[in-house]
Amino acid sequence: MADVLTVAGLKAYYQTNYFGVQREVRAVDDISITVRADEVYGIAGESSSGKTTLIKTFAGAIHPPLRIVGGSMRYRFDGQEIDPYAVSAEELNRLRWRHVSYIMQGSMSVLNPVRRIHRSFADFAFSHMDLPKARFWQAVEEHLERLSLSPDVLRGYPHELSGGMRQRVTIALATVCRPGFIIADEPTTALDVVVQKDVLALLDDIRRTLKSSVVFVTHDMSVHANMADRIGIMYAGRIVEEGPTRALFTAPKHPYTAHLVASLPRIGDATRKPALGGRPPALSDPPGGCRFHPRCPLAIDKCRTEVPPLETVGADHRSACWRSAEVEPLTPPSGASGEEVA
Amino acid sequence: MSAILEVAHVSKRFAMGGVLSRRHVEAVNDASFAIEEGQPEVFTIVGESGSGKTTLARMMLGLELPTTGEIRLSGRSMADRRGRAAKIEFMRHAQPVFQNPFEAFNPLKRVDRYLDASARVLLGARGRGAIDAAMDVALHKVGLSLAEVRGRYAHELSGGQLQRVAIARALIPNPEILVADEPVSMVDASLRMSIVNLLRDLRDNLNVTVIYITHDLATAYYISDRIIIMQKGYIVEMGPAQTILESPEHPYARLLKESVLPVDDPGRERVQAPDRSLALAAAENSGSGRLVPRTGGRSVRMNAE
Repeated sequence: MADVLTVAGLKAYYQTNYFGVQREVRAVDDISITVRADEVYGIAGESSSGKTTLIKTFAGAIHPPLRIVGGSMRYRFDGQEIDPYAVSAEELNRLRWRHVSYIMQGSMSVLNPVRRIHRSFADFAFSHMDLPKARFWQAVEEHLERLSLSPDVLRGYPHELSGGMRQRVTIALATVCRPGFIIADEPTTALDVVVQKDVLALLDDIRRTLKSSVVFVTHDMSVHANMADRIGIMYAGRIVEEGPTRALFTAPKHPYTAHLVASLPRIGDATRKPALGGRPPALSDPPGGCRFHPRCPLAIDKCRTEVPPLETVGADHRSACWRSAEVEPLTPPSGASGEEVA
Repeated sequence: MSAILEVAHVSKRFAMGGVLSRRHVEAVNDASFAIEEGQPEVFTIVGESGSGKTTLARMMLGLELPTTGEIRLSGRSMADRRGRAAKIEFMRHAQPVFQNPFEAFNPLKRVDRYLDASARVLLGARGRGAIDAAMDVALHKVGLSLAEVRGRYAHELSGGQLQRVAIARALIPNPEILVADEPVSMVDASLRMSIVNLLRDLRDNLNVTVIYITHDLATAYYISDRIIIMQKGYIVEMGPAQTILESPEHPYARLLKESVLPVDDPGRERVQAPDRSLALAAAENSGSGRLVPRTGGRSVRMNAE
């Protein structure tokens, strides 16, 4: 299977220099991943883990103070390699929406609140489709029908639609140009359970039809369990584990992943779940060595000083942990009054 | 045995629109339940947005008055909540915890100011020593201490810590009831279970009844004793949480359960859109139905026939 996106050693830092005080926030620190054709790559991580910065670099949306400090990134569409940071602004614009599109979390802030929805479609997609106006609207309406949305939504204002409906419209908007690469940033986080499943089913359906690759970002592991082919777990600006969904859930090889999976509440299981102590590190001043070591139950001296490399630990499975061989799935002690993992 | 909180045939109607286009929305319809004294529990209200769960919670806190029906807190009707002294008296019994701790605290004020004000006003503590002691006791209940929190601003604490401070503030007047509206949905994944576990511990160790409002059925199963499921203002199923969530009977409760993403068999299956037709059909008839007692201590809204 061909790789659609290849990222090697990518470093994107926020660098500020005000009144002679220099600050550097290493939001994306040495990340290497590949996204293959026709797969869903899930990125899991909590707030301030750098996941939003990472997908900003994917979308080619780097603005100061965010800078790319090192590493490389390459898209491959129709046998053509494109480096979004080497091409002209014009070419980057052509790459966007046609090949790379973006589904955002806040559907209300994507759609212009004072204009009818068809205006948003015209703004976003018209210039990328190279179609005469009449053909363009025909294509938009066909696309909406494929997503079981009535073309009537085009005439409405965003506030007239429910949250779930709006999110479906933004998915329609992001997929109308049939892009090969879709970035979905927490598309269901603000939605109710029933609507969430609706939206996920729609996204799953459209990507199977288009055979696009999707980078799906959410902190909700239960969404990843159902959507992703492979998952990359981010912690404090780095990928700490990456592997096929099933392997990550059944045999995690990083203590952070093991904790995320073990702490998922399930219907039918009320035994006490372990909670992780401590707090996510500040990216402006991350701990040395492995960034997870202050919260890690398996930490040894080496973890405090040396950064563990992301190494292969199984088929298609990489983990950045000095003690990955000793990581066991955390099955919460049944009956016992489970203590917090220090 | 008497009830600490009694909700009796409560309905809430909101008017929408202008004079000519006035419409009424029934946010809550004929809700009745009671929380008994001496039986601390986690009482969960589940439903999607627009189901009336937050309106019901606001009425329990006295932030809204019911259009019809009555809510009694420790035997006194919420309608008597007039004047500052009476309001404070009510606030001592039931305290809120809100969804987003970053919005609940003013970013320009130190967080301990909120604790300080609660100790003065709600607990009636006088003098630096007594106030500090009250704050420290409450913070210890949530696994923090005054030394960690004093002088800090909201941005200096993580979401999980800040939500703990919000819970500590609510615990200062030693309330019997804590109303927590989506308390974990804005908290990071790795910190979420510590807050959920904390709510569980409040019930087990401090005898606080927690009214937990959520749309997350998995955490609801994890901590709840009793649950009510609301659809469009109506309670459609009510009873022991684990019984109901394991085998829901009302079509809407079933829809909710089907929509929970399974995590036991990870790997990509096709995600199927949930089928709402039965739940929507049931919603049409909610008005003419009534809650019928069923086996296992639950009641389910059924048609009159």
